[in-house]
Amino acid sequence: MPMSTTISANQRLAKLLADRAPVAGHRPWPRYEIDHDAWAAVGQALGEGGGDLLSLWGEKDNVHMALRVAGEPVPCVVSVRTRTSDFPSVGRFHPPAIRLERAVRDLYDFAPLGIPDRRPWLDHGAWGVRAPLGSRPPAARRDPAAYEFLAVAGEGLHQIPVGPVHAGIIEPGHFRFTVNGETVARLEERLGYVHRGVDGLLTDTDIDPAGRVIARISGDSTVAYSFAYARAVEEALDVDPPPRAKVLRGIMAELERVANHLGDIGAICNDASFSLIHAHCGVFRERVLAATDRAFNHRLMMDRIVPGGTEDAAPGAARFLQQMIEEIEAPFAEIVQLYDSTPSLQDRTCATGVVSRALVERWAAGGHVGRASGRSFDTRRDLPYAPYKDASFEVPLLTTGDVDARVWIRIREIGQSIALLKRWLADIPGGETRVALPKFEGTREGVAMTEAFRGDVLVWVRILDGRIARCHARDASWFQWPLLEAAIENNIVADFPLCNKSFNCSYAGHDL
Amino acid sequence: MRARLLLRSLFARPLTTPAPRPDAAPQPGDDPLLAELGRALEMSARKLYGRSITIREVDAGSCNGCELEIHALNNPIYDVERFGIKFAASPRHADVLLVTGPVTHNMRVALERTYAATPGPKWVVAVGDCAAGCGVFAESYATVGAVDSVVPVDLVISGCPPKPVDLLKGLLTLMEKATGKAVR
Repeated sequence: MPMSTTISANQRLAKLLADRAPVAGHRPWPRYEIDHDAWAAVGQALGEGGGDLLSLWGEKDNVHMALRVAGEPVPCVVSVRTRTSDFPSVGRFHPPAIRLERAVRDLYDFAPLGIPDRRPWLDHGAWGVRAPLGSRPPAARRDPAAYEFLAVAGEGLHQIPVGPVHAGIIEPGHFRFTVNGETVARLEERLGYVHRGVDGLLTDTDIDPAGRVIARISGDSTVAYSFAYARAVEEALDVDPPPRAKVLRGIMAELERVANHLGDIGAICNDASFSLIHAHCGVFRERVLAATDRAFNHRLMMDRIVPGGTEDAAPGAARFLQQMIEEIEAPFAEIVQLYDSTPSLQDRTCATGVVSRALVERWAAGGHVGRASGRSFDTRRDLPYAPYKDASFEVPLLTTGDVDARVWIRIREIGQSIALLKRWLADIPGGETRVALPKFEGTREGVAMTEAFRGDVLVWVRILDGRIARCHARDASWFQWPLLEAAIENNIVADFPLCNKSFNCSYAGHDL
Repeated sequence: MRARLLLRSLFARPLTTPAPRPDAAPQPGDDPLLAELGRALEMSARKLYGRSITIREVDAGSCNGCELEIHALNNPIYDVERFGIKFAASPRHADVLLVTGPVTHNMRVALERTYAATPGPKWVVAVGDCAAGCGVFAESYATVGAVDSVVPVDLVISGCPPKPVDLLKGLLTLMEKATGKAVR
């Protein structure tokens, strides 16, 4: 096509959605019901770089997709009705959608027409039924190991299968390495082992039990999930939580980020056999969790954030959280200096597991994975919500895309979180921490994104007569796991733990 | 920088909650619960295994919350290795399987094989409310149920997730149970 008649993919995407009437009662982003042709056109425009895919999920007779047109401040949701249980594949044009579509097919038996990868994803043949959220026909159990890994051909190649039970105290998943000597020619992931049926548990249920499931999607990000869920429900029901709750939510979210980043920095260094930093970071992390336990009566702050507000903090919480920060801040700075001045350690982390900017942009990879490779996106700044709306903080950005950059993003984020915490802890508003949810007849829909320590979490809800008709949660890991496969290519097998830990993707958050 | 840090560590008191000898008076600042547990744990471990037990952790469907707290047992504050407890990479080297999560259908075979790969005598500890009773994931097509619906369980440590101190307490209970028990 000659240049003069070409319009950019994002303009085309925006045009596809312009002049459509959004579905009533969906907040705060618009939702559009579109036909199969428009859906395919949206997929194609996404594939040509017109925007970011934020999620894709199924519901009875419908498939939904959340996306953000490049350059637009507000994302949107588009929905398509399945036609004789099929829908046009987005993954055909835009690979980040492929695993999500394979999951939708496994759960609902909707066929993504034209999808290049027809293998099952979450369904390992162990459920005794097919399409557990669809028609549920009984299915014979298969050998869970029967899975067709992608073919790799070449001289001198051999395979190393790893998992699902791993060597460390970590979550289960299978990695299939094809190596030539020490060099990894291909890594292929097979996930789904911790699939607990979350989408099913979040269909046709009450608001409180759904919240307890949401809080247990990924235990390390329980605050971020509950935060996103609470905001999605509040958006749907048009509820504004009290000022005290808003600040407490921010405090909990930043404490969760600090605790996880500390654990990760230590664990990454440990995977490079530098146990000194690991030991110190372990102590810092423990200090944070001991303080959160005192302040919020739970070390991981599970079930503290609820639709309508939060559980209140213990009396004196601000004081001992401030004390904890004072206790760890200077020693942590010393450990950072140690990291920065140890060439033998950096020899392992620098130029290892590089991810290109093109890949993180295409996958819209959030968190330290995106920000270490030059993708400047942070939900707290770019889709702001309380209490970040009024807060000033920096979003660290690096471009080298290696393990070292992912360590530094975490280090700098800890600094930013501590600054936020200090400001909020000095001045927590008084008053109530919770408002009652109003009774509503009819359908309301809400969507929210929050920034978990590993990247953006999206939660979408449909509330029908005060109950959850359907709720969907998407972890940042969906768009990070595939990039780990790219990061390890041409690295040596021995550097895989290092690369893997520097990503620290969630298995539970992905498998659902 | 490094020299200073190491030098300071050489002369500093350990961060670890001290494990007092039976005849030692408690120190101010000791976590009494932890110290008591540590002492009891050490004595029963010694009686049973000479000096040590080895644990293999298996996540059979957990949200990762329990894993975080099991991890904490290895940090310098709880430092379970001083009691002769250590974590192994292979079930072949393990005396105890520490199993978390509601067992998912997709993990059932892996758990069964891990159990079969563990040499006897062996003990299974179900860690967390999901492992104990399937938790919030009970009503799902994707879960088999609590850990004892797949492998025999010797001890349950509840909590969502259990705190590291609760995990220590649980391991102690197991040792007491195990000392009075013949080889399975």
